[in-house]
Amino acid sequence: MKQQPKILLQTKNISKTFGRVVALNDINLDVHQGKVNVLVGENGAGKSTLMKILSGVYSNFEGNLLYRGKEVKFKNPKDAMQSGVAIIHQELNLIPYLNISENIFLGRELLDRFGFLNTKLMDEKTSALLKRLDCNLDPKTLVSSLRVGEQQLVEIAKALLEKAKLVIMDEPTSAISEAEVSSLFKIIKSLKEDKVTILYISHKLDELFEIADRFLALRDGHLVGSLEHVHEVNKDELIKLMVGRDVKEHPKTLVKKGKEVLRIENFSLAKTNNRSTNYFIKNIHFSLKQGEVLGLFGLMGAGRTELLESIFGLHPKRVSGSVFIENKKVTIKSVMDAIDYGLALVPEDRKENGLVLQMGIDKNTSMARIDSVVKYGLLNATLEGQLSRNYIDKLQIKTPSEKVLTKNLSGGNQQKVVLAKWLATSPKILFLDEPTRGIDVKAKNEIYNLIQTLARQGLGVVVVSSELPEIMSISDRILVLGQGRITGEFSKENAHEEDILKAAIQ
Amino acid sequence: MTSVKSILIKFQSIIALMLLCVVLTIMSDKFLTVENSWNIMRQISINVCISVGMTMVILTRGIDLSVGSVLAFSGAVTAGLLKYGLSWPMANVHIGFTVLGALLIGLFVGGALGAFNGWMITRFRVPAFVATLAMLTIARGGTMLWTGGFPITGLGKSFGFIGTGWFLGIPMPVWITAIIVAAAVLVTKKTVFGRHIYAVGGNESAARLSGINIEKIKIWVYLIAGALAAVGGIILTSRLDSAQPNAGLSYELDSIAAVVIGGTSLSGGRGSILGTVQGALIIGVLNSGLVLLNVSPFWQQIVKGTVILLAVILDRINHPNEN
Repeated sequence: MKQQPKILLQTKNISKTFGRVVALNDINLDVHQGKVNVLVGENGAGKSTLMKILSGVYSNFEGNLLYRGKEVKFKNPKDAMQSGVAIIHQELNLIPYLNISENIFLGRELLDRFGFLNTKLMDEKTSALLKRLDCNLDPKTLVSSLRVGEQQLVEIAKALLEKAKLVIMDEPTSAISEAEVSSLFKIIKSLKEDKVTILYISHKLDELFEIADRFLALRDGHLVGSLEHVHEVNKDELIKLMVGRDVKEHPKTLVKKGKEVLRIENFSLAKTNNRSTNYFIKNIHFSLKQGEVLGLFGLMGAGRTELLESIFGLHPKRVSGSVFIENKKVTIKSVMDAIDYGLALVPEDRKENGLVLQMGIDKNTSMARIDSVVKYGLLNATLEGQLSRNYIDKLQIKTPSEKVLTKNLSGGNQQKVVLAKWLATSPKILFLDEPTRGIDVKAKNEIYNLIQTLARQGLGVVVVSSELPEIMSISDRILVLGQGRITGEFSKENAHEEDILKAAIQ
Repeated sequence: MTSVKSILIKFQSIIALMLLCVVLTIMSDKFLTVENSWNIMRQISINVCISVGMTMVILTRGIDLSVGSVLAFSGAVTAGLLKYGLSWPMANVHIGFTVLGALLIGLFVGGALGAFNGWMITRFRVPAFVATLAMLTIARGGTMLWTGGFPITGLGKSFGFIGTGWFLGIPMPVWITAIIVAAAVLVTKKTVFGRHIYAVGGNESAARLSGINIEKIKIWVYLIAGALAAVGGIILTSRLDSAQPNAGLSYELDSIAAVVIGGTSLSGGRGSILGTVQGALIIGVLNSGLVLLNVSPFWQQIVKGTVILLAVILDRINHPNEN
C-alpha cells in the first residue's frame, strides 16, 4: 500500500489574465513535499506566470493558494521567502561587484555589537552554505568573476540561508554547461535528501528524466496532466502532452512563389571578433523566394534573433559566409546597407528596439526612410503626415491622429507602427522576429493576415516565433534552429508538431 | 480643464519668466528700462550660445562639461593669433592674422576639440561625462600654456566690434546669438539631422536598427557644441578686449542649468532650443533683478540653485514615467 503524498503547496482554481489575454485558466495543481516536481510546457504555456504567482511576484490573481494546508496570499517575493518559498530566476539577480558573501547576506546583513558589518561571521556562514552545496569557492570571490553555473549556486545558497522549504527553479540549465548541469542535478538530489521540495521548470525534456519525481504539464494556460510514474513515461508522450492540441488553421490562400530573393550560404556568427573560436550560429544555409513565408523555429537561445540580426548588418565584424539578394552577392556592413538592399527587420522587443516611444506615429513611421519626407532639404510635415496616415489606414492602426505618441498606443498598435516604419522602406525581404509577442488575439490575427497580404504582393518573409501553432499555420516552410545550427526543415505538408519540437530539442 | 493644464505646462517657463519680470518691475524702477533690457540680453548671449550646443548634446542623452574650457581656449587662440600671429623663429617664419582669419581658426579649434570629445565617446565608448570632464581639464591646461597664465589684451577696434558694437540699434552679441538660435531651431525641428538627434536620444537602439548612423550624429553634436563654445569665447574676449586664462570657469554649469530649466530631459529625446533660451532668460533676469535689489551674491547662488531644483521637480511632476 503506497502512502498518500504530502502536499506542500496547492493551487485552487487559479486564473490570471493580462488585459484580454488569459495566461492561466483555472489551474489546480499540487506540489508534493520532498519531491522534485517538474513543470513542463511550451513557451507561452503559462509556466512563468504560474511561477510568479507562487513566488509572490504577482499578488493579484483569481483563485486560492494553499501552503502547508493554510490559505496564503504572498504580497511580494520577500513575503514568500519568509514563508519558505524561494525562487531562482532565469536571469540571476546578483550584484556583480559584491562578493559571494555580501550577495548572500544582502538586505539581511549580520552586525557585530558595535553596529558594524560582521564580515567574519557572514563569511563563515557563507562558507558553510557553499560546503553544503559541495562547492569550495571563497566567500570573498566577486560574483562578476563567477561562471553562470556558480552564480546559480550562490542563488541556491541564498535560498538555503532563508531555510527555504520550496525552491522554484526557472529554466536553470538554459545558460550553463553540461558539466554544470550534472553538478546542479547532484545538488538538487542532495537538497531533496534534506527534505527541500523542488519545483523545476524547463522545456529541455532530455535532462528532466534524470531528476524528476513527477511531471506537471501546462498548455495554453491549462493544466493538461500530472504524471506520477515517471518511469512509465517517455519523451514522446511528454511532447504529445505539451503540444497535443487542435491546431487552429488560419485561413491561408496559396501564394504563387516567384524567383529567389534571398540566399544565405555557409553563414556563421562568431561569439567574439576573433572568427576562429566559438560560434553563436554556424554554417547556416537557406533560401527564400518571392511570396514565400519561411518560419524559423527554435527554443530560446537557439540563435534565431542572432541570425536575423547578422544578415541585417548588425554584427558586421563577427559574421562570415555569403549573402545573395536576387542572385547577386552582397556585403551588408551596416543597417544602412541592409535597407538599401531591400531588407527590413521588425525586432522582437518593440519598446527596446522598435520605437522611439516619446515620438509620434508620424515620426516613427518615417524614421527608416526619412529622405522620402524631405523637400528642399527640410523635413516636410505634410509629406510626413501623408505617409503615416497612409499606413494608419492600411494597417488599421487605431488612433485619433498620426501625432499621438507611440508610448500611448496598445501593444498591437505599437507593433503595427513598427511594421509601418519598415513597409515604408518598400522592402523586398521582411524579417519578423516574434511579431505577435504580447499582443491580443485580434491584433494577432490582423498581423497574420497582413503577412499573407505582403507575401501575395511578392515579399519574401521570414518569421521567427517560439509559438509552434503560430509558425505552423502561417509558414510555407519551416526551418528549425538548435544551438545555432539548422536541425530540421519541414514543408507545410509534412510539418508535425512533435517532429518540429524534437528537432528543436535535439 | 485638462487643456488649461496642458497649456500651463507647455508655457510654464514663459509664464514663470513673465511673473518674474512683473515682480521685479514692481520692486525696482531700474529693472524695466531699455538700458537694463539690453544689458540682460547681452549678458545672457554667451550662455545662450553655449546652451544651444548643450541642448543638442543633452537631447542625444549626452553631456558636455568641457564648454567653459573650450570657450577659454578658443578665445585665447583667437586673441593670440590676432595680437602676435604665429612664428617659428628657427625657420624664420612669421604669420600674421586678420580678424577674420583669427576668428575662423578660433572656431575651428573649438569644433575640433568638440569633435575629439565625440570621437572619444563613440570610438572608445568613454562615457560622455568622463570624456568631457577630461577635456575640461585638458583645454584649461592648453589655455594656460598658450597664454602663459597672463591675459592677452589690446586686440583692436574691429575685433572689439563683435562684443561691444551695435548694428541697427541692437547689440552685436544679441545679433549673433539670435542668428545661432534661429539656425538651431531650424536644424533641430526641420532637418533630418535634427530628427536623428531626437531619435538617438529617445531610443538609441531603435535608431540604430532604423539605419541611423549613431556615431556620426554624436560626433557632429559634440563638434557643434565645441564650435558654439568657441563663438561664446570670441564674444567674451571681444567684449572684455582681453582673453583671460580663467575665462568661462563653471560656464558649463550655467549652461546645463539653462537647458534643464528650459525643460529638456537629461535622459534625452525630449526638449527644445527655445525652451533653453527661456531657461537662460530666466537665469539672466533673476541675476539682474537680484543685483538691482542689492541681494548679496551669496544669496544669489542659493536662489539660482533653488530655481534649478524647482524646475526639475516640475518637470518630474509633468513627466512621471521617465526614469
